[in-house]
Amino acid sequence: MADYGAHEKDKPSFMITTFLQQLINGISQGSAYALIALGYTMVYGVLGLINFAHSDVYMFGAFMGYYIANSQVVRNQFGSSLGAAVVVMIGAMALSAVLGMLIERFAYRPGRTRTRFTLAFWLGILGAVFGDLLSHSALGVIVGAAVGIAAGVAGELAGLHPIRQESRLALLIVAIGVSLFLENGGQLVFGADPKFFPEVIPSASLDVGGLNLDTQKLIVLGVSLVLMVLLNIVVNYTKTGKAMRAVSYNLDAAKLMGINTDRIIALTFAFGSALAAAGGILVSLLYPKIDPLMGVMPGLKAFVAAVLGGIGNITGAMVGGLILGFAEVMAVGYGSSTYRDAIAFVVLVLILLFKPGGIMGKGTVEKV
Amino acid sequence: MRRILFWIVAILLLVGLQTQLSGWIGAYYYKIVILTGINIILAVSLNLINGITGQFSIGHAGFYAIGAYASASLVTYGESSIRGIVSFLPRIGQDTVLLLAGIVVAAITAGIAGLAVGIPSLRLRGDYLAIVTLGFGEIIRVVILNVDAIGGARGFSSIPVLSDFFLFWVFLFVLVTVSVIRNLVNSSYGRAFVSIRDDEIAAEAMGVDTTRFKVLSFVISSMFAGIGGSLFGHYTAYLNPNSFTFITSFYLIIMIVIGGLGSIQGSIVGAVLITVVLELFRSLSEFRLVGFSILLVLVMLYRPQGLMGAGEMFRTKRKAAVAKS
Repeated sequence: MADYGAHEKDKPSFMITTFLQQLINGISQGSAYALIALGYTMVYGVLGLINFAHSDVYMFGAFMGYYIANSQVVRNQFGSSLGAAVVVMIGAMALSAVLGMLIERFAYRPGRTRTRFTLAFWLGILGAVFGDLLSHSALGVIVGAAVGIAAGVAGELAGLHPIRQESRLALLIVAIGVSLFLENGGQLVFGADPKFFPEVIPSASLDVGGLNLDTQKLIVLGVSLVLMVLLNIVVNYTKTGKAMRAVSYNLDAAKLMGINTDRIIALTFAFGSALAAAGGILVSLLYPKIDPLMGVMPGLKAFVAAVLGGIGNITGAMVGGLILGFAEVMAVGYGSSTYRDAIAFVVLVLILLFKPGGIMGKGTVEKV
Repeated sequence: MRRILFWIVAILLLVGLQTQLSGWIGAYYYKIVILTGINIILAVSLNLINGITGQFSIGHAGFYAIGAYASASLVTYGESSIRGIVSFLPRIGQDTVLLLAGIVVAAITAGIAGLAVGIPSLRLRGDYLAIVTLGFGEIIRVVILNVDAIGGARGFSSIPVLSDFFLFWVFLFVLVTVSVIRNLVNSSYGRAFVSIRDDEIAAEAMGVDTTRFKVLSFVISSMFAGIGGSLFGHYTAYLNPNSFTFITSFYLIIMIVIGGLGSIQGSIVGAVLITVVLELFRSLSEFRLVGFSILLVLVMLYRPQGLMGAGEMFRTKRKAAVAKS
């Protein structure tokens, strides 16, 4: 660590402990990035789409965790215990999975295959928002939604159908649109001011050989590892996972082989979103302040992690997340914290310059 | 001859508008008009790299920021020495020299930054290029955030106000940007850019130096983004790094895609539409962006080629004849 000596005032005997401490911080931060990165990389694998809305699913997961943990039922039944943590985690993951599938069904699928009720869905939401704006009452919201849905159905009956998207840029703008929608919808529904995530698991610190370990960091690490192992088992050893790999290898060929590709893509979104929600809750355990824009930066960095590892590659996303978390914590610990948000991108640029496909990415052969 | 006439008429019209418009529409709408002009410069320049050369960049806000800060630092720190050099001019002439010097420096600095970013990153393709440009944009922002001489996180204030004539200057540069990029697209350079977009391998086989043209288009695009930034900084007389996040780049991409990727007129329509709509409904707070995002999704689902499509609406006779034959 000679290079950093100038900044370190600690005695040499403490330096190794500090380093180990930072290592643990880095790994727990990195595993949270990895959880979010997995969703990006899986969706990219099957659709070739940078799903910008993913970072907001992460935010949504944290908020769902917040509401479940603060609900009467959970408070009375479990209090602050492991049981509460499990309920919060699974509930938020399930709700976020539903959100992910909704996004896929109403925002991404219409550009791919012919679907119904797209217009009704979006106009219904638009109507509900307008109803709220004009009347500020539940009745207004319901009437607005009804009018919107009716207009959407009418439009569809009149022959207004989404157009098959040839360019991927249009799909990307849809993703940005959904992301903006979730962020601003979140400010509308959850409120713009930050909220504090309840301490579902009481924090304690363990002293292991001079090393001060925070139990919550260990929980973050442990849960992330378990989820990643589970995902690996699903992807590599189940029939669904095999179908996912087939779709990601070649969507059209997979369809020809009798795979219900729409179902597999929806499942991919569900898995990715559930993992993002888990990431949201785990990060909220460490940094309890949550707000509707909390997903923007972590989401972007997780995407960088996915690209770093080689986008579309599940192991790559995990490796990329860990490298990123580690690099960030080290840079903040031994350098300047004001440059924190740039570290991820500097690492990304450096790695891509030397390995344009990412660390684990396969080199693509250019074909005419 | 016709060209000179065009510019004379345009300048006279702009001067006329400048003196009358703010009286007609009031300060608030006047500000919207100026912001629209700046966004047109940014969108049209971004369209050169994204729509015409087909390279996917989402880091435009970075070059916009470089232009804004470069020109603001020049006029803030170099004001007295530049005034000293041109002290023979009246006050308004000195101001104009300062303003133009700021714009030129902004264009050059942003162009150099574009070169530095473009050479390494344009080796990458598609989404990798996108994320690297986004990364460079964010790096630029974080660096600005950390330089105290230009305000850092507090923002860069006390930029001297050099002109009351901003409508004139902004729209003069809108005209310059649009005509330069339009002429470029119609030249042999433009055909090289389009050939890279349509099929990079075929273009290379036909002898187009693809790397050179990609970097060239990136540099030109960055230079105009720098000009836009310079005008923005001079107009608002205050810069904050938060105006230059990747969200700004996203909005620029939305403008060019909504308008129709690859169409210059489309970029103009997109820039006008999005700036005006977002500014006019500012009073609705969160409702505004919820509605906007839903409409954005719907437009992209029901009209993915953008409002204008890829073509231009009013083509000159010669081009129409070429297209027919």
